[in-house]
Amino acid sequence: MDSCNCIEPHWPPDDLLMKYQYISDFFIALAYFSIPLELIYFVKKSAVFPYRWVLVQFGAFIVLCGATHLINLWTFTLHSRTVAMVMTTAKLFTAVVSCVTALMLVHIIPDLLSVKTRELFLKNKAAELDREMGLIRTQEETGRHVRMLTHEIRSTLDRHTILKTTLVELGRTLALEECALWMPTRTGLELHLSYTLHQQNPVGYTVPIHLPVINQVFSSSHVVKISPNCPVARINSSVKYIPGEVVAVRVPLLHLSNFQINDWPELSTKRYALMVLMLPSDSARQWHFHELELVEVVADQVAVALSHAAILEESMRARDLLMEQNVALDLARREAETAIRARNDFLAVMNHEMRTPMHAIIALSSLLQETELTPEQRLMVETILKSSNLLSTLINDVLDLSRMEDGSLQLDLETFNLYAVFKEVLNLIKPIASVKKLHVSLNLAPDLPEYAIGDEKRLMQTILNVVGNAVKFSKDGSISISAFVAKAELLRDSRAPEFFPVPGDNHFYLHVQVKDSGIGVSPQDIPKLFTKFAQTQSTAIRNSGGSGLGLAICKRFVNLMEGHIWIESEGLGKGCTAIFMVKLGIPERLNESKLAFMPKVPPNLGPTAFPGLKVLVMDENGVSRKVTKGLLVHLGCDVTMVSSSEECLRVVSNEHKVVFMDVCAPGMDGYEIAIHMHEKFTRRHERPIIVALTGNTDKVTKENCMRVGMDGVILKPVSLDKMRSVLSDLLEHRVLFEAI
Amino acid sequence: MDLVQLQRQLVDYRTSLYHEGFLDEQFTQLKELQDENNPDFVVEVVSLFFEDSERLLNELSKALEQQVIDFKRIDAHVHQFKGSSSSIGAQRVQKLCIVFRNFCEAQNVEGCLKCLQQVKHEYSIVKTKLESMFQLERQILNAGGSVPV
Repeated sequence: MDSCNCIEPHWPPDDLLMKYQYISDFFIALAYFSIPLELIYFVKKSAVFPYRWVLVQFGAFIVLCGATHLINLWTFTLHSRTVAMVMTTAKLFTAVVSCVTALMLVHIIPDLLSVKTRELFLKNKAAELDREMGLIRTQEETGRHVRMLTHEIRSTLDRHTILKTTLVELGRTLALEECALWMPTRTGLELHLSYTLHQQNPVGYTVPIHLPVINQVFSSSHVVKISPNCPVARINSSVKYIPGEVVAVRVPLLHLSNFQINDWPELSTKRYALMVLMLPSDSARQWHFHELELVEVVADQVAVALSHAAILEESMRARDLLMEQNVALDLARREAETAIRARNDFLAVMNHEMRTPMHAIIALSSLLQETELTPEQRLMVETILKSSNLLSTLINDVLDLSRMEDGSLQLDLETFNLYAVFKEVLNLIKPIASVKKLHVSLNLAPDLPEYAIGDEKRLMQTILNVVGNAVKFSKDGSISISAFVAKAELLRDSRAPEFFPVPGDNHFYLHVQVKDSGIGVSPQDIPKLFTKFAQTQSTAIRNSGGSGLGLAICKRFVNLMEGHIWIESEGLGKGCTAIFMVKLGIPERLNESKLAFMPKVPPNLGPTAFPGLKVLVMDENGVSRKVTKGLLVHLGCDVTMVSSSEECLRVVSNEHKVVFMDVCAPGMDGYEIAIHMHEKFTRRHERPIIVALTGNTDKVTKENCMRVGMDGVILKPVSLDKMRSVLSDLLEHRVLFEAI
Repeated sequence: MDLVQLQRQLVDYRTSLYHEGFLDEQFTQLKELQDENNPDFVVEVVSLFFEDSERLLNELSKALEQQVIDFKRIDAHVHQFKGSSSSIGAQRVQKLCIVFRNFCEAQNVEGCLKCLQQVKHEYSIVKTKLESMFQLERQILNAGGSVPV
């Protein structure tokens, strides 16, 4: 064979080797061509793959590599120059592309790696978010449960319902095995199992309160995990049962007295109940934080709800008690009213019933005295009269006193002459005193006002009683009465430290002192003096008579007059001083009222009721004129008589205080005189009071009198008493129209 | 008669006067006005009454004898008489006066005349009685006793 210019293989063609290479190359090419196809296919499928360009490059690289290997198939045998050229081009291209790809990869691979990291990162984040979501959800659920529980608990004010609901709801929410509430007993030394979830009627388990585990729970405001073996957790009677995880929490029992304004209950509450919660033993559940929180919140709510219930219970109880008391009080009041009414009726009847026979006895005895009697008979009659007078006084005293007891006695306040009161007492006492040869002296201080406002009758009664006592209990010697206005510094008395009289602008305190030189009173008897019906032991006093009521009544009167009365004595046989102070008003000083006020004298005293009162009497009829004059003279007036209207108008002057004129005579017009007098005296207080005396009992007369400006009308005939009262009324009120 | 008897007699007499309606409350009032300042008050008033009444009765008689009777004047006199007798307490006289006045208003001459007679009659009775009473009182006073009230 000749040698040619074609390239000859180095070794002789080995058919087997060649064959294998041939096959391998073929498969490589196949693989190299299919890989990009797969890549393209999958890339087309997924839209998000960001590295398309890289894939294209990669694909190009692989395709070219495959092409190279494919073309290599032709180089195993003799091949033309074209094949060699194609092979070379392919290899060149492959080289370029692969280099470029390699360069690209340098940029890309870190990116790809970072993608992986990010993916990991995101996965972690997602897991975290998941976890947090779970937490929030559980919290929200807890919150929901709490709200629901609270709602349930607070929707009732019944303690029992509250507690039962709490247990039930808690049990449901937390899927508890058992839930129990231990309440402290009344003694506070033990805890008593009051409510459980599943046991219907818990048997009276009690545990002492000072167990260490209980102390531990009570001393913490949080939920405390306790051992399932401790006594509070062993509520199931079956011995074998061991509960799962157990927690306990304290429930403060707030008491009404714990609510002080500045001091919130946490500090002062001492009583707790114990709530024990047990998880089911068969589940491997643990107490989660949010569950514990739930339990704490619920426990607090329960405490508040319980306290509300307690307060409500208390207020209901108080209200019921008050209602009961009201009813009882009402009944008592009605009974008291009935009793008072009965007593008053009794008194009214007895008043009349007692006085009527008394009146008969006294009247008839005094009449009997007037008749012809033998000396023994006269003595007997006098004794009867004296005794009946005493009895009458006693009856009056008792009736007065019982009126004072129920406070129905009221003072009749009016202006009166103070000096006259004292003078009258003196006049009344003088006869008896002179019989007993006692010397009575009256000393009125110069600054004592002449007029005062007060209850004249009762004041006189008091003074008379005190002076009477002085006279009664003195056999000889002297009695001195002194009265003056109490000064501020002397107002306090050591015996009556609670008496604080305060003189003011329109009132003053009258201080009266009655000193006698009689048998006196021993110091230990002094407090008894003012007690009703109490007699001192001394027989001498007992013999002198007296019912023991007088001083008691005086004391009542003096108290009514906002004053004080007391008695001082050195001892038996050393005389006695009675002192009292009463509050009297000071009358206002008006000229008019001064003129109008004449001293009022009780009717059973002397005739000089209106000393010197200048009166004008006009009457045509001589006889009735004389009678009227006689009446007025008897009352002490200074009477001028006229018999005609002209004479009347001539004589009348502003010295005359009252003019009585007869208006019933026909043909003479007394009315004209009234009109003339109004003209003559323009000022009211200068004009005399004009009074018509008439025998006419018709309204026309009265109206006529009123029309012409008369101050009064009196119906004839006028009795002495009537004239007296008429004059005093007129002078006080300046008007008197008798009911005709 | 001795003092006590006289006094008793006076009291009885007085009581009878009241009882028979000759005197009324007003007389008692008059007696009340008598005191040591006015010891003869009652006697004085009664005497005045007697004088006044005599005069009035005369006037009345004269007036009723006239041809033309002036009822107004008669009425005035009767009114006076009524006033006086009521001031004294001469009850019967007073009542008659009221009747008399009614007749006057009716202008009944017959009635008036009849009434006048009655009034005169009653007046003389009461005058006599009062005079006897006063005499008794004087006797008692002369005997040294006191007049019972």
